[in-house]
Amino acid sequence: MKCKTIITELADYLDEALDPLLRTQIEEHLGKCKDCRVVVDTCKQTIEIFCNSEPAPLPPSTRLKLHEALAKRLRRVRA
Amino acid sequence: MSSSKLDPTPRRPLPSQVVKDDEPILVAAAKAGDISAFETLVGRYERKIFRLTQNITQNREDAEDAMQEAFLKAFEHLQTFEGNSRFYTWLVRIAVNQALMKLRKRRPNVVSLDEEVDTGEDMVPREVEDWGPSPAERYAQTELSGILGKVIGDLDPSFRVVFQLRDIEELSTEETAEALGLTVPAVKSRLLRARLKLRQALNQYFRRGEHQ
Repeated sequence: MKCKTIITELADYLDEALDPLLRTQIEEHLGKCKDCRVVVDTCKQTIEIFCNSEPAPLPPSTRLKLHEALAKRLRRVRA
Repeated sequence: MSSSKLDPTPRRPLPSQVVKDDEPILVAAAKAGDISAFETLVGRYERKIFRLTQNITQNREDAEDAMQEAFLKAFEHLQTFEGNSRFYTWLVRIAVNQALMKLRKRRPNVVSLDEEVDTGEDMVPREVEDWGPSPAERYAQTELSGILGKVIGDLDPSFRVVFQLRDIEELSTEETAEALGLTVPAVKSRLLRARLKLRQALNQYFRRGEHQ
């Protein structure tokens, strides 16, 4: 298996969406190829870092604008 | 590296699979005219929706407008929401559409979402350096947020949107494809590109020995 195949299949490998045979072949390659191991591991960490990041609180002025617009619209519904 | 390190990360269940217990109740109440129930839903998701519109538009004013329009549209069309998907997923689709409209208006020459993506040789990373354990912990939360905001902002919009929906909002590949009007293979190829480009961009901050 070539390193390029690892890259091509990387997304499905990380998402556990590969068929078992291809997955085994990839893991055999990863056991031998340090560069591919590092790419897979750092790619996995990239996803985790973004996935685990909490959204920042809304800036107060942004929140105020949103809630004023909603209140205006909701008042019309109530009326 | 141990073999366990090679295993794909057991990912948290997709939010589209995790419905907060009270969400269907809140949606039903809002549909029946309970405005405070809708306000609760807004309060629950406003931060995530703003991050989404901010990441897509890369412009605060557009992001604010897109978020506001998304919540207003969700409220107006609540009766058409049939509950076949999670409310949040439905809301994300509306917000993505609003944000993309803003982006296209401001940048009409932006790469089309359905443009072919080259998946050639240049995808193989040239710079391969290990990061070591817990690289994100080397940075304070605000510093890390700044880094993540910068690297995702530098991505081409057609990759950024897919990564945002798939890996940050944790929609499934199929949900992402449906939200963006793309095929599943197109989502997969953009996701792969986005992940590799972000990995490369984060390398300068997280490689072993950096910032220690």
